Amino acid sequence: MASRDRAVPAEIYLNVAVSGILTGLVYGLMALGLSVIFGVVRVVNFAHGELMTIAMYIAVVLFSAFKLDPLIMLVPIAMVLFALGYALQAGVINAFITRPEHTQFLLLIALAIIIVNTLLIIFGPDAHSVQTSYAFDSFQVGKLIIDATKLYAAAAALVAATALFAFFRFTDTGTAIRACADNYAGALTVGLDVNRLYALTFGLGAACVGAAGTVLVLIIDVTPQVGPVYTLLAFVIVITGGLGSMPGSLLGGVLIGVTEAMAGLIFTPSAKSMFAFAILVLVLLFRPQGILGRKIS
Amino acid sequence: MMAQLTEGVSRRALLLLATLLAALLIAPLVVNDYLLTALILVLYFAYIGQAWNIMMGFAGQLSLGHSLYVGLGAYTAAALFIHFGIGPWLGFLVAIPVTAACGAFLGFLAFRFGVAGVYFAILTIAFAEFARIGFDHFAWVGGSAGFFLPVKQYAHNDLWLLRGAPAMFYYVMLAATALAFIACRLLLHSRIGYFWQAIREDERAARATGIDTFRYKMYAVIISAVMTSFAGVFHAFYYNNLFPEQIFHISRSIEFILAPIIGGIGSLFGPLLGAFLLETLAEGLREVLALLGVDVPGLRQLFFGVCLLLVVMLLPDGVWPWLARRLRIKESKR
Repeated sequence: MASRDRAVPAEIYLNVAVSGILTGLVYGLMALGLSVIFGVVRVVNFAHGELMTIAMYIAVVLFSAFKLDPLIMLVPIAMVLFALGYALQAGVINAFITRPEHTQFLLLIALAIIIVNTLLIIFGPDAHSVQTSYAFDSFQVGKLIIDATKLYAAAAALVAATALFAFFRFTDTGTAIRACADNYAGALTVGLDVNRLYALTFGLGAACVGAAGTVLVLIIDVTPQVGPVYTLLAFVIVITGGLGSMPGSLLGGVLIGVTEAMAGLIFTPSAKSMFAFAILVLVLLFRPQGILGRKIS
Repeated sequence: MMAQLTEGVSRRALLLLATLLAALLIAPLVVNDYLLTALILVLYFAYIGQAWNIMMGFAGQLSLGHSLYVGLGAYTAAALFIHFGIGPWLGFLVAIPVTAACGAFLGFLAFRFGVAGVYFAILTIAFAEFARIGFDHFAWVGGSAGFFLPVKQYAHNDLWLLRGAPAMFYYVMLAATALAFIACRLLLHSRIGYFWQAIREDERAARATGIDTFRYKMYAVIISAVMTSFAGVFHAFYYNNLFPEQIFHISRSIEFILAPIIGGIGSLFGPLLGAFLLETLAEGLREVLALLGVDVPGLRQLFFGVCLLLVVMLLPDGVWPWLARRLRIKESKR
């Protein structure tokens, strides 16, 4: 926390802003998963942060047992989460697609409670972290000091997000998924296997949040209780950026990342989430479709 | 009033209700202190579940932030008691406008700007989280270090200051639960209750028939908030300690909605039945685990999660409608 009686040099603000942008990109990837799932399956994934903690714990275990760097394990862990998400959608959630909205919430809240407490039973309440050899490295550009870990994490997040964009834009399956999102009845009519595509989408959303969680352990400690916190954060980001807009998620992530970093510097780190919620309320009031969201009629 | 209360209720249901009430009234005379504590918890969750049910079960507005109103009620009453020596009942009178204003603010923001469905649920969480972090930094009421009421041995029960034995707290909560039950019954079968149900079933159709949906959704939020705040006042004086991290926490809000969901959303008996089932199952689980010598944190919550999952998957309307059919009582709901 900055001392109150001494002026903070301007470059500190710049450094904190850059750090916020880098963390925000990882947040953005996490939120992207939520946005993709909601945009296509129309199910609100209340277990999103909890899925991320699963990925974080896998990364922690792999690192402490086999010294496997999370950045190397990014793809394998994302694939595990993809399988988990696919199984969840195909096995449980598909049956709830036509149920009332609140029943879907409750189903996912139940899954969230189960995940949090299973992790609590297995790993206990203490914080776990990954200490890499480059944990304290940094790059200096002029007066700007960039944390190496955050830079790698943000770069990985950008690569993963780009891969997802490309998948939806350029592959047949991606096009088919977008067709499901645009016109459910139409997709059924032309003979798309909607249930399989939904499972695929949920899997992709889970893979996103899995990749985000894998790099996030480089930056923050993991406890079972952070799950709900990040579920909420993902919602704040997605609503801010615009539900269903993929660039919106990344933009929202960066915005929230910078806001939190600045609030931590100017006020106190423990109060930083208040500012994220304040942004949420402002967005809901003045631009409910989000910054890059399309207006819903 | 009596006629209005019992109108359309079968004799079987009335008999069951009378038996239940009699059993609850004599319970403190026959059970030990441990069971009494468990029963107080049952009533506490039943009461809050009933209040939450007004918003979700009657008017169809999902709140995932009811810990906000419990916390505000608790902190208002406790702060007035500690700083000004004002007793809990007068404290509740102050908590009413405080929580009503908070509910009205939330409702106004949400309903005026068309924040509905999942967005509304997120907004309620955001409000509660905002309060949690705010109270963590609110030094006048102890901040994150907690806020404590003096605990002494009391020679006699002081109902006015809510200081005394568990049995007194039991009867206070029983009275509150019974009043809430009656109030909900009256509300549900009044003009406002029918408007709420119309909004729950189809808001656009309700608006088309000329119902001022904004106004009636506001009523639902405010009534629910004020009712919930009493549970907060009770919480402060029963537990004598308040921590923002606990009382405003999202997991609290989730815990509050379990009883009415498992019992049956929108039914009058649902919250009570759900609270009773959950507490019984949880205590049973605790006994079994103690017998096996297992002590794992999280197991109780995991069990709640599995219960919720099973109910949502197998009995989406909750246990009460199913049980009511078995008991051949038709509750006039839905």
